[in-house]
Amino acid sequence: MVPRTPRRSIVAIGAGGLALALTLAGCSAGGSDSGEGGATSLTFLVDNGEATVATAQALVDAFEAENSDISIEVDTRPQGADGDNVVKTRLATGEMADLFQYNSGSLMQALNPDQTLVNLQDEAYVGKFDENFVKSVSTDNGVYGVPMGQSMAGAVIYNKDIYAELGLEVPTTWDEFIANSEAIKAAGTAAPIVQTYGDTWTSQLFVLGDFNNVLAEEPDWAEKYTNNEAKYVDEPAIAGFEHLQQAFEADLYNEDFASATYADGVSMVATGEGAQYPILTFAASQLMTTNPEAADVVGTFPIPGGDAASNGLTVWMPTNTVYVPKSTEGDKLEAAKKFLEFLTTPESCDIQAESNAPQGPFVIEGCELPDDVPAMVSDMQPYFDEGRTNLALEFLSPIKGPALEQITVAVGSGITSAADGAAQYDEDVKKQAQQLGLEGW
Amino acid sequence: MTTATAPGRTSTSSGGPTPPQPARRGRMKSPYPTWFFIPAGVFYVVLFLVPTVASFYFSLTRWTLFDVEFIGFDNFVRFFQEPQLVTGFVNTFIYAFVTSGSKVVLGLLLGVFLSSQIVARGFLRATIFFPVLVSTIGVGILFEVLMDPFGGPINEALAAIGIEGPAWLTDPSLALLSVALVDVWKGVGLATLIYIAGMVAIPQEYFEAAKVDGASAWKNFRHITLPLLRPATVTVVLLSLIGGLRSFDLIWAMTGGGPGFTSDVLASVIYKQYQAGFFGLSTAGNVVLFVVVAAIIFPLSWWLNRKGDDQ
Repeated sequence: MVPRTPRRSIVAIGAGGLALALTLAGCSAGGSDSGEGGATSLTFLVDNGEATVATAQALVDAFEAENSDISIEVDTRPQGADGDNVVKTRLATGEMADLFQYNSGSLMQALNPDQTLVNLQDEAYVGKFDENFVKSVSTDNGVYGVPMGQSMAGAVIYNKDIYAELGLEVPTTWDEFIANSEAIKAAGTAAPIVQTYGDTWTSQLFVLGDFNNVLAEEPDWAEKYTNNEAKYVDEPAIAGFEHLQQAFEADLYNEDFASATYADGVSMVATGEGAQYPILTFAASQLMTTNPEAADVVGTFPIPGGDAASNGLTVWMPTNTVYVPKSTEGDKLEAAKKFLEFLTTPESCDIQAESNAPQGPFVIEGCELPDDVPAMVSDMQPYFDEGRTNLALEFLSPIKGPALEQITVAVGSGITSAADGAAQYDEDVKKQAQQLGLEGW
Repeated sequence: MTTATAPGRTSTSSGGPTPPQPARRGRMKSPYPTWFFIPAGVFYVVLFLVPTVASFYFSLTRWTLFDVEFIGFDNFVRFFQEPQLVTGFVNTFIYAFVTSGSKVVLGLLLGVFLSSQIVARGFLRATIFFPVLVSTIGVGILFEVLMDPFGGPINEALAAIGIEGPAWLTDPSLALLSVALVDVWKGVGLATLIYIAGMVAIPQEYFEAAKVDGASAWKNFRHITLPLLRPATVTVVLLSLIGGLRSFDLIWAMTGGGPGFTSDVLASVIYKQYQAGFFGLSTAGNVVLFVVVAAIIFPLSWWLNRKGDDQ
């Protein structure tokens, strides 16, 4: 019986320590509420990506210079799934920072925006936003986000020198694209199409970037897909899988496609080792880091489909979007809204373009890209100006199957046929829809 | 070295369902009062029993960490419809049997070699055990670089002697075996250690008697060393088979189950479901993995130990 007393006291100390820790935590949470010398102080939570933090800090510095009565502190959170959890938990418990950066599209929908975020529908600047962007940060009841960054496209980046040497034209249909690729293969100096399955996510572009062509044939495909009515095994959506198989069978990929990485792929196009590479145009920042001399050599064209008339870009909206949680109230809400308004000014766009290489056009009216952007980005502007763009599927439907990248690697490596791959992906999508608890699955 | 025999022996004797001695010991009056067991019991219940029971429950639900919806056996039905699952099952068995078999054979040979009278024996023994101590992920990333088909040192070396090396990790038919090869390299040290310990424990009298009878070296090995190493072999087989069946880290670090799904094993299929947020589904997968491992290991260990008792 002797050992009992010491054990109980250990438990008591442990409990005491816990209580103390809780009290301290409570204190610090309460402490941050008080303003400094009458000025309003805000917190701004962003992901810890180097580029995100640099951009956010540059914007905050410029804003504070204009508004001396408001001070904003930039906090960071992890990226990826860990970051998702931080954002969701802090929103659910009402402990969110006064402003926070998060994704648009299906990830934003998962935050329950109607319950947790401040509706910005009546702000004047919403009218200046690109219509597609508004879609990606809206529910039926409101508009919730302001962009911090540019849109991008899932497209083919290509080496303009190779095209000029061989006298090739930018293709507007898939058949022209294959004809160009065969010509490059015959010339024998470069790999016609670059694939980089060392980074599996890069394998999805032929499928995801083809979505403009899917919508061209069936404008309500995304809705049908969400309602379990449209499938990847059927036309027109299967085309992306078929393209992968066709290009593999025609032996158009680089020799090391199975092990090359994303960084390899970008520099292959830059150096002329590879001619064409389907990828997201955020590759511009990779290009400017590793091969800045090729800024004018690497251009962009949309992934072509069956019909030249509907040729256009599949577009991803800025993934960096700034939101205000409902827990921000009073003076803080006013200050936060002021910051959001600042984000929509051309001045803010210039800062964003300066602090990080642009990956595509801005989605705010009046914001222009600087003149010295890489050709890869300026090539996209005409499609935006002429309205020849469509949103990527992930902004139009909440369902994206998690195994797509493995399936597209298997199809692109000749392990699985296009039809089997599409059928596998349909099953994967079904699983995701059931997990999300959607009706009709 | 003798300390290593202890875990080897205990794991072989406790593996069987009804070994005679532990059963008899269990019926004896315990020398400790009941409260003595409470701390261990609390740990056991909180850390092992509760999660196990909970995982059986969650495997029957659609679970988002916040909401739980009971859906019966749907997860199991869906799990068995996974396109990767059939490949995963087959690969798991190939991987487990290839690595386990290779470790037994190589471990035995190396064990004989390293328990003989050779120069720098202690150093050589330590060297073969080093890979066991290194982080599996580190080994995986290292070999991913070494096995790169373009400019990787292994294929460069092969090219220097005129052999065109295969695409180790990117050839769909080779990827799994390449990973198994690395697994054997990394794990054979442990098998060797167990064998050395087993050999040291064989009394010298047998060899002296055999010498008197004029037995050859091969007969010594075949009729003395090999039979008396049975407990060590049982341990190596069980440990490496269990390890192989649930292996994950090395495969994930080296191929991520790819290219496509060609080197997926049960554990990596399950992990991908977790990653995708299908928590109920992946819990169901873990229950399946548990049942599969148990269904193989229990009969095997019973069979191996029974044959050991016969002698």
